[in-house]
Amino acid sequence: MTTAFEPGRGYRLNPAVALRPEPFGALAYHFGNRRLSFLKAPGLVELVRGLGSYRCVSDALAAVPDGRRGAYLRALASLAAADMIVPQQARSEVT
Amino acid sequence: MTIARGQIASAGPVPALVEQFKGGLAAPICLTWEWTYACNLSCTHCLSSSGRRDPAELTTEQMRSVIDELRAMQVFYVNVGGGEPTVRPDFWELLDYAVASGVGVKFSTNGLRLDAGRARRLAATDYVDVQISLDGATADVNDAVRGDGSYAMALRAMENLAEAGLANFKISVVMTRHNVPQLDEFAALANRFGAQLRITRLRPSGRGADVWPELHPTDSQQREIYSWLTEHGDQVLTGDSFFHLNALGGSPLPGLNLCGAGRVVCLIDPVGDVYACPFAIHEAFKAGTVRAPGGFARVWRSAPLFAELRTETSGGACRSCSEYSACQGGCMAAKFFTGLPLDGPDPECVKGHGASALAAVGGAPPRTGPDHSHRGREVPLGMPSVRVPARVRVPAKVRVPAKLCDSSPLAATS
Amino acid sequence: MQQDIRADAALTDAAGPGADDPEITGELLVEEVSIDGMCGVY
Repeated sequence: MTTAFEPGRGYRLNPAVALRPEPFGALAYHFGNRRLSFLKAPGLVELVRGLGSYRCVSDALAAVPDGRRGAYLRALASLAAADMIVPQQARSEVT
Repeated sequence: MTIARGQIASAGPVPALVEQFKGGLAAPICLTWEWTYACNLSCTHCLSSSGRRDPAELTTEQMRSVIDELRAMQVFYVNVGGGEPTVRPDFWELLDYAVASGVGVKFSTNGLRLDAGRARRLAATDYVDVQISLDGATADVNDAVRGDGSYAMALRAMENLAEAGLANFKISVVMTRHNVPQLDEFAALANRFGAQLRITRLRPSGRGADVWPELHPTDSQQREIYSWLTEHGDQVLTGDSFFHLNALGGSPLPGLNLCGAGRVVCLIDPVGDVYACPFAIHEAFKAGTVRAPGGFARVWRSAPLFAELRTETSGGACRSCSEYSACQGGCMAAKFFTGLPLDGPDPECVKGHGASALAAVGGAPPRTGPDHSHRGREVPLGMPSVRVPARVRVPAKVRVPAKLCDSSPLAATS
Repeated sequence: MQQDIRADAALTDAAGPGADDPEITGELLVEEVSIDGMCGVY
């Protein structure tokens, strides 16, 4: 179940997702819901891989060139909708 | 606190997916792997001409090695078929090994081994999907193609899967002249078992070449399939096998809508040979073998045949047609096995270009190479005029044309 | 939350004149395809 994508939150790659590098970027396959996505920019792939180490998506996007931020933000939103990236666990939820 | 990650490269506009396949993918997206040529049935249209086991089939150890390779290549999942894959005594062991290695498996079966116990075990196993083959919503239509008792066997398997709670298994149907009228009934059947319907295109491959003229849907039925998919096809899978119908206009059917052979898909056959696609089991589409040094990975990455298939084609004779961008010239295997040139129209071209081209074909079209059919066992179609003709043997050494598209399918054998 | 909305607005503002370059922002960087949506699988 996915909630609305919030760039002010921290996200990470869903552990159920396999990310396979390709010449154009990467293929992402969700082993749970079997959804398959083409990530069509190497920069986006790098962003997704490193997403978990940022406090929030907005911070992660700060490293992205100006002209691309809109497209990358939209890309992340669609990945969130597909459950490919998920909110980072709140500290209190960590078992 | 933002940690500097270095400059993230900014590229120009992103090219279309089709363009991006030119460079080849790191691994196939949908790999079909036939685990045996042995089969308990003798379906009239079998694309792999299955029936009898091949003496050179990969051993359990060799199969495990291929699974190891697939894991290393990060193949997400593999479509397992045959023949009837569950006939292999090591089927369950290999299935477990694959999913334990992180390679998902969807296997196609006629239902032979899916008793209640097996169904329960499958329902409890992650990363396994089951696909039951069925070609008629009623026994008479189904068994005419698949043999007496095959409908009952498939239904039993479906009941067991549903009972065991294996949600969303697939029921896969090859569309024929006799079952197009049953589309709604197929959908109802899928609903009844909590399964997902999948309909696919009949290709003139394997034994399919013998029955294709009488069995493939008529032009009017093709339009019926297309409009049914447009109206009711939300939850219906097609394996992208009807993209040639996109030329009928309207919204394109979901899927990549292009031939995936050698680009996003390929076949590994039971003896370890690698072909561009399961519908093209013929020397002309053989890329190599997993037994050679470098195994499957080297074939996928470096086979000359695949390099050629990954080059964007010019479209040939179809280029000037207004619908070319929608249909991409159709199916390579359908053209090849009906004797049509690969750079021309699909035999089922909705504009009728294929029909006129077929009329011009002289001589016998190419046959699927290896023939593992059961001897002396035929499934009559119930039409008096149809008896499977004596097979024209393809010589063991078939000369591969230098360029697939610029030689006659009847290219001289050396 | 207010803080996030401000952050979003700040992001847009900070993006600068090139932020909404139609040539670049018009593209879809993520394309979803059904795992069953490739031809050549039976």
